[in-house]
Amino acid sequence: MPVTPRPGDPTITPALVAEHGITPFEYERLLAMLGREPTFTELGIVSALWSEHCSYKHSRPLLRTLPTEAPWVLQGPGENAGVIAVGDGLAVAFKIESHNHPSAVEPYQGAATGVGGILRDVFTMGARPIALLDSLRFGDLESPRVRYLFSGVVKGIGDYGNCVGIPTVAGEVVFDPAYEGNPLVNAMCVGLLKEEELIRAVAQGVGNPIIAVGARTGRDGIHGASFASEDLSEENEAKRPRVQVGDPFTEKLLLEASLELIRSGHIVAIQDMGAAGLTSSSAEMAARGDVGVVIDTTKVPAREEGMTPYELLLSESQERMLVVAKKGHEDDVAAILQKWDLTAAVIGEVIAEPVYRVTEGDRVVAEFPGIRLVTDCPTYEPEARESDAIRAQRETDVAAIAELPEESDPVWTLTRLLSSPTIASKRWVHRQYDTMVRTSTVIGPGGDAAVVRLRGTDKAVALKVDCNGRYCHLDPYEGAKQAVAEAARNVACAGGRPKAITNNLNFGNPKRPEVYFQLREAVRGMGEACRALQTPVTGGNVSLYNENPNGAIYPTPVIGMVGLVEAIAHVTPAHFRRAGDAIVLLGENTAELGGSEYLQRVHGLAAGAPPRVDLDAERRLIDALLDAIAGGHVASAHDCSDGGLAVALAECAVGDEERWLGADVDLSAWDALPRRALLFGEAQGRVVVSTAAPDAVVATAARLAYAARVVGAVAADAHGVPVTAAGGRFTAALAALADADGGAIPRLMERAASASATAGESRPHHTTP
Amino acid sequence: MKFGIVTFPGSNCDYDAYHAVVDQLGETAAYLWHKDRDLQGADVVILPGGFSYGDYLRCGAIARFSPIMDAVAAHAARGAPVLAICNGFQIACEAGLLPGALLRNASLKYVCEQRHLRVETTDSRFTAGYEKGQVVRIPIAHGEGRYHADDATLDRLEAEDRVVFRYVGADGGSDDRSNPNGSLRDVAGILNEGRNVLGMMPHPERAVEPLVGSGDGLALFESIVARVAA
Repeated sequence: MPVTPRPGDPTITPALVAEHGITPFEYERLLAMLGREPTFTELGIVSALWSEHCSYKHSRPLLRTLPTEAPWVLQGPGENAGVIAVGDGLAVAFKIESHNHPSAVEPYQGAATGVGGILRDVFTMGARPIALLDSLRFGDLESPRVRYLFSGVVKGIGDYGNCVGIPTVAGEVVFDPAYEGNPLVNAMCVGLLKEEELIRAVAQGVGNPIIAVGARTGRDGIHGASFASEDLSEENEAKRPRVQVGDPFTEKLLLEASLELIRSGHIVAIQDMGAAGLTSSSAEMAARGDVGVVIDTTKVPAREEGMTPYELLLSESQERMLVVAKKGHEDDVAAILQKWDLTAAVIGEVIAEPVYRVTEGDRVVAEFPGIRLVTDCPTYEPEARESDAIRAQRETDVAAIAELPEESDPVWTLTRLLSSPTIASKRWVHRQYDTMVRTSTVIGPGGDAAVVRLRGTDKAVALKVDCNGRYCHLDPYEGAKQAVAEAARNVACAGGRPKAITNNLNFGNPKRPEVYFQLREAVRGMGEACRALQTPVTGGNVSLYNENPNGAIYPTPVIGMVGLVEAIAHVTPAHFRRAGDAIVLLGENTAELGGSEYLQRVHGLAAGAPPRVDLDAERRLIDALLDAIAGGHVASAHDCSDGGLAVALAECAVGDEERWLGADVDLSAWDALPRRALLFGEAQGRVVVSTAAPDAVVATAARLAYAARVVGAVAADAHGVPVTAAGGRFTAALAALADADGGAIPRLMERAASASATAGESRPHHTTP
Repeated sequence: MKFGIVTFPGSNCDYDAYHAVVDQLGETAAYLWHKDRDLQGADVVILPGGFSYGDYLRCGAIARFSPIMDAVAAHAARGAPVLAICNGFQIACEAGLLPGALLRNASLKYVCEQRHLRVETTDSRFTAGYEKGQVVRIPIAHGEGRYHADDATLDRLEAEDRVVFRYVGADGGSDDRSNPNGSLRDVAGILNEGRNVLGMMPHPERAVEPLVGSGDGLALFESIVARVAA
């Protein structure tokens, strides 16, 4: 049957094509594929599937260079989530995804639906979600708009995850003017499954019915995928209707129903109707199975009368799934959904003919040959050129920057750093999250990595999201390497062997050579680090066009790392535990100051070369740390990152808010280094360990040719933290450190509470397209 | 002994209650589906935490009409034990099994953290295993946990020794930071007149293993087992 335009559909004009984000070149390819002019419905389908968000057209050639394989990887990129084996017949599914653009215009719903989407990506693999993590970036908290975005995003994440009953166990929150107009909201979910219950979203079996499951389809979120594929501007406030609305209660029912469906044996495939909704879920499942499908839009359960095929196909209404069931099992599927008060409607079937066909009753409104709808999207490798201005920033001689008069007292500098919102305790954030539901959170937010035990085994997973955007801005190659290395180090500090990553590449507009340079270099650095640390990439998300008329964000390739803790006894906290334990520093201090939080916070500068990462050394550090932990020698382990060694020591002292411990520290072995570099520089590969067996820790490190030195001892809390360094001795009182660390964000937010009481209360507007 | 754990649509602490009872106590347990009317022979009913029906109306206001609740009310009327935790406490109040109501936290924010509670009475089948005045560490996780009742009701609860737990600081005293949600008279948990229904906002089922934060809630479950078994 020929494809016929619907009466009343707009005429296809160059302006309409451009409005759909399709370039003249891409339109030529579309014409060549179809051999005719597309219908309005087809144009909508292509605009979604060929959007950056769905097609990865500017990143795919780069992503192909990343390592994706290891003996423990059961599912690499290309599925709803990656999966690794963890032994005992168990596997872990995990994935990170961004909701940056929606959160910029509607923080509460944008963040909430980000959590909802990533949960569905994980449970559609057959995994029960066991943990959520979030990587968040905002502008300067002094700005009322930023406080509104921050509190709305946090409330959105909390309200959704808390209601579904999945603990939010870790995250990172960074504040920097670079994210002023473009906040980043990346959510990661981790799920647990039996290896044999792994299910893939591959449509199979001619005659098998395609079933829409869960919420009805409304007019919300239409063109969300294309919205996420363009720069933000003033006009984006008008695109608020493109933001979806979340319903965590339905999500919880859908989660239970989906897992029951998968285990019932009545279905062959299941996929979230996420970005680009029904269009992408059906097209991608068909492409993976290399089969044809036909969908009748009149059968799709709709929230309102009169929705067109175009709207039904492109809606991003939340909490919906597409299922391919076994023929003849339709009633069994419906019965399971009915138990959970959810609907199921057969809307199409798998067909032998190699076409992607959409009908509206008897009329064919869209038809594409084979899987070309997915595979014909062009990819681009545009010009890459480093920005001269950024190179100049990197080449700044930061050692020559004069100290402020206040810096003669290092405690002043330390307090200033601890109260930097990026470094300060995020308790204000995570006490709004249910961090403990499912009663398996061994280490929750605030540790180096979260640790979640795997019930029924003696094992646990160690989880971390990490990235330093300032490093990546100054040097995307080194910065991305560092992000992988630090995430791995954090996982090892908690007692886990780093196993694999999921990545979220947040960048600006790739059509600008300096942005594409950043993307290319970051992927190169990430790949190198992942190969060296044997942590392949199992999937992830690319979010481009994170820029507004004032410029692009810092390139921010967020790493979501999963590690395996082989025995619960190996779980190691970050903070000191016993007075009298020795403090051992693993790694070497250096004179590096570039890219540091110190320069940003004290001098207002993003400058200098970020600290160098020696991947071979990082691998030896991880081995040494894990050997010492397995030997039972390590009481605590905390990595040195933002704010350097002094901040790390302070965090070790006051990190357990119910019990502080002091420390007596002697750094005179490094008297040759400038004091500020020693205390606040961010040299890589360093971990502060407390131990009752310092000789054993030092010997373990020596076996792996890794530097280790006793630098002091844990003391009672009244002792404070006296530090001998650079020929002097200064003492930080714990109450002052804890106040700077714990009080910074609450003070900023309480001061603001009256000014922006609306966060989280706003409701999205409904509209017609 | 058999525990029956009710699963409402949106319950999410049913699983934790199950593991507390089965893994830590070694007792048996069954999930009771909200559409059923049969308690499957359970000796003890747990109304678990979560967001029944999404808490889209007032918390617990819809769940109280679930078919299973008739059986739960009859069970309570017989004097058999009901442990209502968090959203379960809200449901029990809505169902009239307990007096008062749970309002939005004074901070207007959801709060999840370990808190200290003082055991106010050991004259109950839930707290016989504690010492009176003992301070225990049990987490809270709620957005609407501010206990509210009129003065007469509060006076009566106190006069009848029906306040079971109060929020306190680590030292057992009360100050401006020891009450996490603005509950009147620092009330964290109460009994019904028959002393067989306990409603509490803190989560004892999350405090049965030091590995995940605290073991202080275990004595509550052990008290129930000891009493029912006796």
